[in-house]
Amino acid sequence: MQYMVSVIFDQASLATPDEQAAIDVFNDRLVAEGHWVFAGGLGAPTTATVIDNRGGEAMFTDGPFLESKEFLGGFWIIEAADLDVALKLAAEGSKACNRKIEVRPFL
Amino acid sequence: MSVIDVREAVTQAHREEWARVVAALTRRFGDLDIAEEAAGEAFATAVQRWSADGVPPNPGAWLTTTANRRAIDRIRRENKRDDKHREAQLLYDDDPPEPLGTIDDERLRLIFTCCHPALAMEARVALTLRMVAGLTMPEIARAFLVQESTMGQRITRAKAKIKAARIPYRVPSAEDLPARVAGVLAVLYLVFNEGYLATGPDTDPVRHDLTAEAIRLTRLIRALMPTDGEVAGLLALMLLTEARRTARVSGSGELITLDEQDRGAWDAALIAEGHQLVRERLASGMAPGRYQILAAINAVHTSARDVRDTDWSQVVALYDQLVHLDPSPIIALNRAIAAAELDGPEVALAAVDRLEDKLAGYHAYHATRADLLRRLGRSQKARAAYDKAIELAGNTAETAYLTRRRDQLG
Repeated sequence: MQYMVSVIFDQASLATPDEQAAIDVFNDRLVAEGHWVFAGGLGAPTTATVIDNRGGEAMFTDGPFLESKEFLGGFWIIEAADLDVALKLAAEGSKACNRKIEVRPFL
Repeated sequence: MSVIDVREAVTQAHREEWARVVAALTRRFGDLDIAEEAAGEAFATAVQRWSADGVPPNPGAWLTTTANRRAIDRIRRENKRDDKHREAQLLYDDDPPEPLGTIDDERLRLIFTCCHPALAMEARVALTLRMVAGLTMPEIARAFLVQESTMGQRITRAKAKIKAARIPYRVPSAEDLPARVAGVLAVLYLVFNEGYLATGPDTDPVRHDLTAEAIRLTRLIRALMPTDGEVAGLLALMLLTEARRTARVSGSGELITLDEQDRGAWDAALIAEGHQLVRERLASGMAPGRYQILAAINAVHTSARDVRDTDWSQVVALYDQLVHLDPSPIIALNRAIAAAELDGPEVALAAVDRLEDKLAGYHAYHATRADLLRRLGRSQKARAAYDKAIELAGNTAETAYLTRRRDQLG
């Protein structure tokens, strides 16, 4: 079972060196224990472009699809046996990156 | 066999076997929806079959077997429509049910799944009442004063999340158990309190159906986890509270406070059972948790034949212990109420006033102030406090009591 672990930012500041170090330790653990699938940090919402090609002509809009105070700052995709395992990992991830985190199952 | 006898047998089987049947099916098919529906069908079938054939010697086994068949029928039907690959995994299983110990574990699994911390509290309450207690959707909706469709959606959504997010169907590991048991007890205590102090302008002040259900479920958890101190504590707390139920509301529907209750009307059997549990916990020598301390406080109150015999220093000492565990302003408020009996209303009022920032929106804060001000003869201030308490109170019996007290002020 795979879960998307999203990192919720409420201000556009990058991880501090301490946070980055804690994230590295956490990532190493994910790899060592077989939970690692993929992870990445994202550019600020201001760097986003929304594309709508449903009408046959691609429309580009500058900015994120949803303007909000909180936004997706990065994510992990993890492999976990069930939600209890995923929640435990996410709790540690939240501590490591010092941000709120959302866990969602892949279908 | 008469229709009434059969109906009684089905009702009794429902009370005793519902959770077992749902739990066993959930374990087998890994799906709460299938388990719930098949269990419902099995009980409906029982009403017909038992009238014709008589009540089987082991109703629980009969129901589980029947529900199993219904579940397999449903899965076969769906597989014919959708894809066939699941059918290969399923075989008719008419084996006798597993030994009791294992099945009891199944019920625990069910309870822990329904009370999972990833579900919203209201979803946990609704799921537990439906899947474990076997209440119907209309019953649960009525209990919480919401539309049946709203309650239905709540339960459907919770079941869908359990499935999609793969909330595991198991008893938590020893390491996680204390926190998860606390989560289960919180659900049961909420159900009990909603029954004991029902809210809503047109609601009965005490919803005995809910208090009884909460006690029944807590007894079940106690049977499944007999060594857990907090489970025993919560059961004792509920029993000692429920024992005073009939003495707590007057014939005209007004709240009667502890000091004015007819103690002869308290339920002696429930009190004896509650006291026994409290003594058991004291004898264990283990540090008590929140529910055990609350139960002990209630044991002190219910040990006094007359309110004047109440051992207030013991009550205050227990509240001090509780404040240490849970420094919430509501505990501090209750401590102040007890302390008023030792140190007088003036000292207690000062302690209560210090809680204003945190409790200004809580009716009991204003009701407590009103009572203390009344005892100090400060009628004008007492009246204002009663007004505020009445405005915020949600329970009809409490509103009636506060209104009378206010109108009796000199």
